[in-house]
Formats: sequence, C-alpha cells, structure tokens
Amino acid sequence: MPEITLLQALSQGLWAEMERDERVVLLGEDIGHAGGVFVLTKGFQEHFGEDRVIDTPLSEGGIIGTSIGLALNGLRPVPEIQFVDFIYPAFDLIVNEMAKMRYRTGGQYSVPMVVRSPYGGGIRGGHYHSQSPEAYFAHTAGLKVVIPSNPYDAKGLLISSIRDPDPVIFLEPKKIYRAVRGEVPEEPYMVPLGEAKVTREGEDLTLIGYGTMLHVCMEAAEAVEKEGVSCEVIDLRTIMPFDLDTILGSVRKTGRLVIVHEAPKTCGFGAEIAAQVSERALLSLEAPIIRVTGFDTPFPYSLEDVYLPDAASVVRAIHQSMNF
Amino acid sequence: MKEFEEPFQIIAPDGTCRSDLDPNLEEDALLNLYRMMVLTRAVDTTSVILQRQGKIGFYVPSTGEEAAQIGSAYALEPSDLIVAAYREPGAAFLRGMPVERLYHQACGNAKDLLKGRQMPSHFGDGSVNFVPASSPVGTQIPIAVGAAWASKMKKDGRVTLVYFGDGATSQGDFHTGMNFAGVYRVPIVLFCKNNQWAISCPFSKQTASGSIHIKAMAYGFEGRQVDGNDVLAVYVATQQAVAKARRGGGPTLLEVLTYRIGPHSTSDDPRRYRDQAEVDLWKQKDPIDRFRIYLEQKGLWCKEDDERLCAEAEAHAKEAFDVAENTPMPPVESLFEDVYETPTWNLKEQDEFARLKVGQT
Ligand SMILES: Cc1ncc(C[n+]2csc(CCOP(=O)(O)OP(=O)(O)O)c2C)c(N)n1
Ligand SMILES: [Mg+2]
Repeated sequence: MPEITLLQALSQGLWAEMERDERVVLLGEDIGHAGGVFVLTKGFQEHFGEDRVIDTPLSEGGIIGTSIGLALNGLRPVPEIQFVDFIYPAFDLIVNEMAKMRYRTGGQYSVPMVVRSPYGGGIRGGHYHSQSPEAYFAHTAGLKVVIPSNPYDAKGLLISSIRDPDPVIFLEPKKIYRAVRGEVPEEPYMVPLGEAKVTREGEDLTLIGYGTMLHVCMEAAEAVEKEGVSCEVIDLRTIMPFDLDTILGSVRKTGRLVIVHEAPKTCGFGAEIAAQVSERALLSLEAPIIRVTGFDTPFPYSLEDVYLPDAASVVRAIHQSMNF
Repeated sequence: MKEFEEPFQIIAPDGTCRSDLDPNLEEDALLNLYRMMVLTRAVDTTSVILQRQGKIGFYVPSTGEEAAQIGSAYALEPSDLIVAAYREPGAAFLRGMPVERLYHQACGNAKDLLKGRQMPSHFGDGSVNFVPASSPVGTQIPIAVGAAWASKMKKDGRVTLVYFGDGATSQGDFHTGMNFAGVYRVPIVLFCKNNQWAISCPFSKQTASGSIHIKAMAYGFEGRQVDGNDVLAVYVATQQAVAKARRGGGPTLLEVLTYRIGPHSTSDDPRRYRDQAEVDLWKQKDPIDRFRIYLEQKGLWCKEDDERLCAEAEAHAKEAFDVAENTPMPPVESLFEDVYETPTWNLKEQDEFARLKVGQT
C-alpha cells in the first residue's frame, strides 16, 4: 500500500466521493482554479468542471448559506472554509439553520453536507490562523464533529461524513497535513463516525487526544514507558457523537485519565469528557482527571510554543496523576 | 449612471497633468508624498527578502498600491481615525508610525505594540490613530462605521477612514456597514482598494457588477471611482470626501482602482492562477513612476535625487529591521495580559503553569 500524507488522503477521499456521487459539489475561496491555499483540491476543477468545484466570492455566510440550500434541494455540498478561524460570519447559518433543519421542520427537510476546514496551531499563524473551535460545534445540537489524526482515518472519516445523512463539521489538523504519512488503500472505504480508536494499549493511565494532539499523547506515552508507566492512548476521531464506551472501558481498566486538547481549557471538550467519566465511573478513578490544554487566552503568535500542549506537559500531568 | 464615467484622474500614466484639477500642493508636500511612496516600496522589497531568509515569518506586500495608501492618508487630519485592513503600511508611515514599529510587530518582540500576538502585517499604532488590522476580511467596516457614528454623536469633528479590498465587498459586513453608514449619515470614507484580486479570485468573479462604487447608490450615498495609481487623484478625491464628512454630509464610498503587483502574501504563488502579461501591463502604470515623471516635469526632481532617495529608503528599512531583530521576545507573563483589564483567577493560575512549563520557577 502506498504511503501518503494526511493532505493527500483527504484529497483522495474527496476525489473518490465526487467520482461516486455526482451530487457532491465543492464550494470555497480559492479551491478551484488555484487548487486551494493548501493545494488540497489541485486538479479537481480541471477534472470535475467549474460547476462542481466552485470558486466563490469572499463570503463565508454565502458559502455556508447557499450550501445549506443546495443540500436542501438534493445536492451533497462539501463547502470549505479556508481557515476555521474565518467560519464565524457563517455561525448563525451553521448553528441556527444547518444544525436545526431536520429538527425544526419535523424531519421533513434535512441538509446532508460536510463543512471542511483546517484548524489548529503550531504553524506560526497567530490568533486568526490557529484556532480550535470544536467545542462550539460539539455544543450545538444537530451537528457532528470529526477530527482525524492520520491519513488512513482522514480518508475514511471524510467519506463517511459525506455519506452521512446529517451535517458534519470536519476539522483538519493543518499542522500535520504534510508531516504525518501513512499507508492508505487507493480504493474508497469508510471509517465509521462515533468510534474512537485505541492507538496504544496500556494498563496504568488513559490518555485521550485527537488531531494534532494525538501525536503529542503518543510521544508522552512513549516517554513514560521507559519509567515503567503503561499508558493507553485513545484517538477520539469523532468529537460528536463521542465514543463514551471506549473511554469508560479504558478508564475502568486504568483508573487514571489525562485529556489533551489545544483549545482553551474552560468549557473545552475535555470538560465534557471529564464530566461524563466522573458521572459514570467515579469509583474506578484513582486520581483526579487532569486536562492538558491551551490557555484561556486568545491564541498567541510569538509565544505559541508556550501556549500549545507539548509532550513534556503531558508527561508532567501523567506524573501528577501517578503520584496522586 | 455614473458607472460609465471614467475614473477620476489628475496625472495621466505618461505624467501629464490636468492643470485644472491639480491641487497645487506645496513643493514640500509633493516631495513628502513621493518619499513616502518610495519608503513603502523599499520596506516591501526588504520585507519580502527578509521573509525568504527566514528572518520574519510572513509578509503582505503592497507593491503597486502605494499611491492609494499615501494619497488617502494624506487627506486626513492627524486626529482623524484610520481603521486598516492589512495592506496599508504606507498609510501608517505617512501618519508617523516609524518603520521600526512595523518590524517590531513582524518579529512579535517585546517592543511590538501588539505584544507578539498577531502574525506580521497586522501592525497598527494607536498613538497615530491607526487601528491595527484584524485578519477576518470585512469586519473592520461596521466597526469603522460605529467609530464614525460616535464622532457624530460626540460632535468631535473627527472623520474615520476605513480601508478594505474588493474581496471584502462580498462579505455581509460590507453591506451592513454601508447600510448603517447611509441610514445614520456618519462621517466616514469607505475606501475600497480594488486591486483586481482577492488571493486567486479575479474581480470579474467577485461580483457580477462591473464596479464597486456603483453599490453606494443603493445605500443612498455617493460612490466614486478613482484612478488609484495617481496619488494626486486619490488625495483630491479623499480630501473631498473627508471635507464632506466633516461638514455633516455623510459617507462616501471610494473605489480606488489599482493592482496587486506581488503575491497575496509571501505564502502565495500567483503563477498558479494569473497571467504574467496582466501583471506586466499594470507595471506600466506604476504609481511611483507616474508621480516621479510629474515631479521631474515640474523640475522638482532628477535622477540623482532618485538614486539617493532609493538608497536611503532601503538603508532605512534595513536599519529598522536590525533594531527589531535585536530586541528580545515578549516575556511569558505577557501572554495573560489584556485578555481582560484585570486577569481572572483562571488566567492567574495558568500563568503559573506557563512559567513552570518554560522552567521559570
Ligand atoms: C473572513 C475571512 N475569510 C477568508 C480570509 C482569507 N483571506 C485573507 S485575505 C483574502 C482576500 C482578500 O481580498 P481583498 O478583500 O480584495 O483584499 P486584498 O488582499 O486584495 O488586499 C482572503 C480570502 C480572511 N482573512 N477572512
Ligand atoms: Mg483585492
């Protein structure tokens, strides 16, 4: 099987779905003629034409709003927001319309669509090219939220998202677009939504991460292995609906939990995981749940390395939990 | 319909001047405009090289758009407010922001007024009434309208000028801002720098309208199209809009026609989407060349003057960067400042954690 990057895997998945289902259309800024600012849709417009790979005017409200209408009337749009930091002009349309169409129309209408967008820090992008807003969307009834961490999952999760009957916010870890490679089958396949993956089995402590931070978790797990601490690492993959069974199963085994995300701590998605685990598995816990996250500040520029969780911070949290 | 009128122009591309329209600026003023345009170009050239050398992370060039920036900023009083996009370093320099400040910001160091919190090219300087850029395109428009509205309420005589691009006119924020500006007749100049491109999107695909200035009509105020590579035309048109705003005559939309000669940013490669022939055509309308010919024809400038000025400007840019490069980074605790006026308990706790992380405690 060929080894490809996460970006190439996404590109393959998108291509495959466009070949399979002619209702799939792409909309976004600079995605067509120029092939996207990350060159993810290079060659798409030449192959599928300007009617299916659409360069839009500069308006996120326009991109998302019209995509909702396209979906309402039978298409399967996959709009791109160039950086997720720029999704907010469309927030009303996402939260009040896209997310609620099925519910508010009593199930008469639905809008199957996937909003793709690069997210996250570590690229010297400052506040407006680094954000991780998954919690806003996970908090919104009617939305599914997906974040892959590796090429195989990226392709399979994207295909599942496009075939899903409900709207999906699909966040792509841009820092590792090209840094992470892996084997990916050339043919289309699905990775089901709502299922986490145990990427490393262990006995002493559970580490939960997703996207870029999954790799930070793996690095920390390897580091403490030498000290004799055995970590189980869970790649959440789908943030909403998240795989509570896998989490609870692991925590019941290890008794310790550290959650890692780069979004701010307060009301970040780690808070929901921590709440669920303490509601359902309190007596299995041998130490308080610890969150290693971004700070409750806007995302900085010069001090981004201080802001972002790194393996050393996760190792400190593991020690804290083990020594409790 | 104004759409079919020619854009307002005073100096033709060959340097000849419509003497009936010439504002007859003093010699010092003319030379100052020219120096500022050359300085802006030199900072651009220097910054692109610095980015290639890895010394700054990113830069947004404004080559080709110097007349639009300098002519407009010159039409304002120092107490007037500029709300910037991100492609207007020249306007900031004209206002008195030292070049050093642009580089402190690009380096995100301890002397950066923004305290290292934004990418390069998001500079700004409150001391010269220049509000720093925010990346999200178009958000500055309703904000500027509000600032101008406050001036009307307070009767402080201040005019606000807001810069934005052709791409920004597709955002809802442009239309909302225009509507409020018209309804409340606020003292604002809405300055659209139509440089024909929004990253890879050509103007012809941005709007089905042949022009932007025409859109003002629907909001009930004047729109005007100006040759943006003619610094005097930009100055006069802006000055007239400013004077009208100050008299209580309400907003004006200026569509200033220019061209983005360089890439969108140092991360962009325009060869992927546009023809060099188009760029070459616009290079022949270079705003600096045009104004130099005008000055030469007036006998105010010669080749030797120009060589000296260009060398000085380049040296100035390099020296300014050297100062910035040798300035230390902001301290870790600065990360937690300015989230609120007074840090909340969670920020104080996280500040301690951050120091632990970098080994300061
Ligand atoms: C809301 C939003 N969407 C997308 C972007 C990414 N982006 C940055 S600049 C730009 C093009 C802006 O074009 P225009 O308004 O014409 O200004 P110019 O860059 O030409 O000066 C885009 C799409 C952004 N910064 N903000
Ligand atoms: Mg533009």
